[in-house]
Amino acid sequence: MDALLSLQNLKKYYATQKAVDDISFEIERGSIFGLLGPNGAGKTTLLRMITGIFYPDSGHILLDGVPFNPMVDIEKIGYMPEERGMYKKMKIGEQALYLAQLKGMSKAEATEKIKYWFKKFEMESWWNKKVEDLSKGMSQKLQFVITVLHEPKLIILDEPFSGLDPLNANLIKDEIYALAKKGSTIIFSTHRMEQVEEICDHIVLVNLGKKILDGSVAGIKQQFKENNYSIEIKAGAGLNSNSIFTIISEAASKYLIKINEGHSVNNVLQHIIEQKIELIGFNEVLPSLNEIFIKLVEGTHAGARAFQKI
Amino acid sequence: MNKTWLIIQREYTSRVKNKRFLMLTFLMPLLIVGLIAASTYFSITGVEHRSIAVIDPNGYIKTSLKNTNQISFSFPDKVDTANYINKGYTDILILPQFEKGTKSDYVLRSKKSMGLMLQESISNRINSAIEDQMLQDAGIQQNMLDSIHKASQVTELKAYEDKGSSSKESNAGLAMGIGYASGLLIYMTMFIYGAMVMRGVMEEKTNRIAEVIISSVKPFELMMGKIIGIGAVGLTQFLLWIVLIISLTSVAMGFLPADIQHQVSTLQQSNGQMAGGMMQASESAMKIYNFQHTIATANWPLIIGCFIFYFVGGYLFYAALFAAVGSTVNEDPQDAQSLMFPITMPLIFSYIITNMVTQNPNTPIAFWASIIPFSSPMVMMARVAYGVPSAVSYWELALSMLCLVAGFIFTTWLSGRIYRTGILLYGKKVTWKIMFKWAFKKG
Repeated sequence: MDALLSLQNLKKYYATQKAVDDISFEIERGSIFGLLGPNGAGKTTLLRMITGIFYPDSGHILLDGVPFNPMVDIEKIGYMPEERGMYKKMKIGEQALYLAQLKGMSKAEATEKIKYWFKKFEMESWWNKKVEDLSKGMSQKLQFVITVLHEPKLIILDEPFSGLDPLNANLIKDEIYALAKKGSTIIFSTHRMEQVEEICDHIVLVNLGKKILDGSVAGIKQQFKENNYSIEIKAGAGLNSNSIFTIISEAASKYLIKINEGHSVNNVLQHIIEQKIELIGFNEVLPSLNEIFIKLVEGTHAGARAFQKI
Repeated sequence: MNKTWLIIQREYTSRVKNKRFLMLTFLMPLLIVGLIAASTYFSITGVEHRSIAVIDPNGYIKTSLKNTNQISFSFPDKVDTANYINKGYTDILILPQFEKGTKSDYVLRSKKSMGLMLQESISNRINSAIEDQMLQDAGIQQNMLDSIHKASQVTELKAYEDKGSSSKESNAGLAMGIGYASGLLIYMTMFIYGAMVMRGVMEEKTNRIAEVIISSVKPFELMMGKIIGIGAVGLTQFLLWIVLIISLTSVAMGFLPADIQHQVSTLQQSNGQMAGGMMQASESAMKIYNFQHTIATANWPLIIGCFIFYFVGGYLFYAALFAAVGSTVNEDPQDAQSLMFPITMPLIFSYIITNMVTQNPNTPIAFWASIIPFSSPMVMMARVAYGVPSAVSYWELALSMLCLVAGFIFTTWLSGRIYRTGILLYGKKVTWKIMFKWAFKKG
């Protein structure tokens, strides 16, 4: 695997908790990577170490195969934190210019790029407005533009869609795909599992400061599948649980079944054909990431951790 | 470094372009001049007139007691404490039977209460009347007494300092004024610009922009950029004030009648003496000349140099602390109040010491307070106004400056460590104990 970013045994302990406790994973170049976890799992701490805001207590971060040096590499990263903010009284154009220059761009280069993005997102008329005049969704768009302006190799987006209407969410989503296609690597942190399923290639789930899941979205779904299938039959006929499968739920003539151990899909089909029941649909049901997430995190008292002593 | 420069620029331009800055800069000198003019005007026109009935049983001071333009004394008959108001007097003064060599009390009863200044002036009048009367009793003629009075007023105390071979005119009143004014200015700027730094840091934290910027620059760069940028705003404001005051004064001088202007310039050329045969300088020209002459006795290059040094040094010392406090505040500005207390206390205390030092620049407390960086910016300015090396020796000044430089390096280092933790921390109430821990933890 051609890893852009590689984390090796990262640890960060605070006085009251182990925020990040020995986490390692790799992120492939040009992929869209999902970093998931319940509130207080240590995601933000992890992201702050990747952006060079915090230093890890121990462990290594490799960017492009060489040790991460915040002094230099900070300009290769675009970070859009969950808590977004701007200078309320500053003009939007000036603000974008200022933040771009802080990322090491020259004034001319930054101006050109800002104009390009503002045109693309239909924000040209905003240049002389102030941030306090923008709605939440509008400032979100602005923040996204500021994050990707300097064409970072690594883009970190913490809940990028919160507060956006579907239209603008799609706009941003398309940009994320486009950026990944152009070779940027994107770390995407969110609680919205349906977005993760849609966008991400690879995910890591952290809880209580530890990595508990690491793999491709498809692979993880296979890993957690429970032999569940949906069956639709012609109205009027009935289906009952038997030695081959158990019915979990039924609605009209649609059934959700679980195949019992020692049996296969062919056994089920055979059973239905033998019963002379007309089959309309037969599909494997994979668990949603949402279900996997809840299954893994539930009962770990993740929320109570913030106020515990180690 | 390049990024710190960007931050400095933003902090500076965003404030200097602000309407409030322009208003404060241009209205402040006008306001000060206006206040001085108004208070002068009211002190001239707003004086109340008192007519005092004096009951003097043996008529001892009747001839010697002189009226002023504020007080008129009269010696009516048949006036007593019961009826003086009805008879149109504002006060009644009752003298005791006068006996030589004994101290006795006068009683003053008034319709309206009387200010301290007025009481003092009345008691001076009575005393000098008694003195005159006694001198007359001793055989001195009234006209001789008058001429003695007149002749004795011309003397004026001119103090000189001996510095090796040369001696220099010194002026304690001026030194006090300069010391007090520069101490007060530094005190005010510490508060105004220190609080501005604190608000700026709080704004960045509560706006959540801090995290965006910290992902581009180091926290220390952000803090220093802010401190230096705002400090530059303060210096700009001072420079503008100085320019404004000088130009306002010269404009005001331009309104003087031509002959007075001419007289003043003649006085300047002839070092205060009107050459024989030339016209006599008018009283107002003399006053203006004296004022200019007094101002010129101060060592301005030294005072201005020291002022800039102590302003910058003191600002850096306190601004860093204010920044540290700002970084620990959450949404609630009330938190800032209690955390600011340990910073504002030494400031207020230093101001009080400065007031003492302007009158007496060489006490032990003045010495120590001018060395310790918490108070040295204000206190040392008050002492420097009295002259170097006559009031403050060179080594004291050097030690004080060195301590201040070491002091602000230390507070900046300390605050940088508190700041980098505080700026990203939300939802936790921070105390000084926690801040102390942040500052001295390793790593």
